[in-house]
Amino acid sequence: MAALMEAKGLTRHFGGLRAVDGVDFRLQQGEIHALIGPNGAGKTTFVSLLSGRIPVQSGTITLADEDITRLPAHARVKKGIAYTFQITSVYPRLTVFDNVALAAQSAGALGLEAQVAAALAQVNLAGFGGELAGNLSYGHQRLLEVAMGLALKPRILILDEPTQGLAAGEIEGFKTLVRSLVPATTVLLIEHNMDVVMDLATQITVLNFGKVLATGAPDAIRSNPEVQNAYLGGGDDAEG
Amino acid sequence: MSLSAKPLALHLGLIAVLFAAQFMLPSYHATNVSRIMVLSVFAMGYNIAFGYTGLLSLGHALFFAAGMYGMGLPIWTLGWAPVPALIAGLVAGGALAGLVGLLALRTAGVSFMIVTLMFAQAGYLTLLYLNTHTGGDEGFVVDSAARMIAGFDLSTDTPRYMAALILFAIAMLICLWLVRSPFGRVMVAMRENEERSRMLGYNPFRVKLTALVISGLYAGMAGAAYGMLFGYVGATFATIQYSILPMLYVLLGGAGTVIGPFLGALLMFYLIDIASGYTTAYLFVVGAALVVLVLFAPKGILGTIRERGLKWLP
Repeated sequence: MAALMEAKGLTRHFGGLRAVDGVDFRLQQGEIHALIGPNGAGKTTFVSLLSGRIPVQSGTITLADEDITRLPAHARVKKGIAYTFQITSVYPRLTVFDNVALAAQSAGALGLEAQVAAALAQVNLAGFGGELAGNLSYGHQRLLEVAMGLALKPRILILDEPTQGLAAGEIEGFKTLVRSLVPATTVLLIEHNMDVVMDLATQITVLNFGKVLATGAPDAIRSNPEVQNAYLGGGDDAEG
Repeated sequence: MSLSAKPLALHLGLIAVLFAAQFMLPSYHATNVSRIMVLSVFAMGYNIAFGYTGLLSLGHALFFAAGMYGMGLPIWTLGWAPVPALIAGLVAGGALAGLVGLLALRTAGVSFMIVTLMFAQAGYLTLLYLNTHTGGDEGFVVDSAARMIAGFDLSTDTPRYMAALILFAIAMLICLWLVRSPFGRVMVAMRENEERSRMLGYNPFRVKLTALVISGLYAGMAGAAYGMLFGYVGATFATIQYSILPMLYVLLGGAGTVIGPFLGALLMFYLIDIASGYTTAYLFVVGAALVVLVLFAPKGILGTIRERGLKWLP
């Protein structure tokens, strides 16, 4: 089965730091693919290469068999790759409505108000449209960020640590939301919360020191001794 | 967006007040207000680039002068009729802004200020250098026969005021429509956070270039109208002073507000007018006013009012 998105030999070094070092990666249509690994493993750099925020040094990226390695970030968004920021990056001085509308109109402005309302309802922020985004609580800003991703109507939604800072109840709602997106949307999830990962992911890739340590179904990853050693069981807790 | 009635009423109300004002104002002040309205169009254009899109340019005199010479030269040398000449001025402002933007928008922030300033200086020096074609620093008078449109003599008070008012009204309503349109929202997004906007699928270069061209069209139209209504085209209008004036108007009235440029132009014009009646150091008064502004109302008059309550103000 052809992958929706595929990276081959993807590399990005920062000086002597091999942030991403020859990563091969396949994302299948309709899966929830989690990307895990200790802090500094290169997860955010890797998805930044996929989304075009950082230029690739070597390797190729294809989306549905089309080479997008050199495509600028905004053009990749138009092709259906949406990225939600790890560090909340909403427009604090604009209203919640305008924040989501900017995403929705980028995907086509027909029925803008309805689209915005739908995206806000999906993340349980209906009724917040008139508020300034900067006045929302941190958790709500995270959800707004997700709503902006959804309003882009992406083929691939890249979520960079979406549950960070969410309350337990909000995390449950978030899991339900992500499950409802597939298989129409493919989800690539960077996440530190292992409960969320094991619960949601249909496929997991483990990065360590910029290289793929293992990739497979959650059970296989859980029982992989190398992974246990590097990340899950052995040594420091990954939180924080 | 359901509150669109209030802003529309406010802006139409301003146009009505300005229409009525011509019957009440003495001739001297009516001419001043005509000037202010044309300069406000220039400032509105500046505001589209700076106030809404966040492009701090120091080169807008170039686009103003492009409009003025784009209108004046075809009349002076080729004997064009006024309407095509005005259109030529409009196009010249937009085209030059596009050209400058293609190069200057590769930079941002302070570099953008300096690059636009350099282009404007180059434009000014070019006008002087080509003095056999442009009239150099003496400039030239626009032929009075070319200041008649549809039987109205634009060198006389009432037609001039009405022409300025019509231009002002059209420019303001287009600006109001623009900033409330989806593209207006993208301009603001670019000002607020370029990286985030890129990751929503917007090409920053294209958005900023479009905004700069619209801004240049406004500046060009204002320059063309200024030359036509007041009958003179000269290189003074290409100096740095005319890049700074619209910035001051916008900062005083409120960057990112539709009426701000007019309010700023009105107050600054009369501040200079009144202060220069008392002292030759009137620029000192202007400077003091700006210091007060920056200290107590950095968002300008309307920006502060919007923050303190009138949130619907566009």
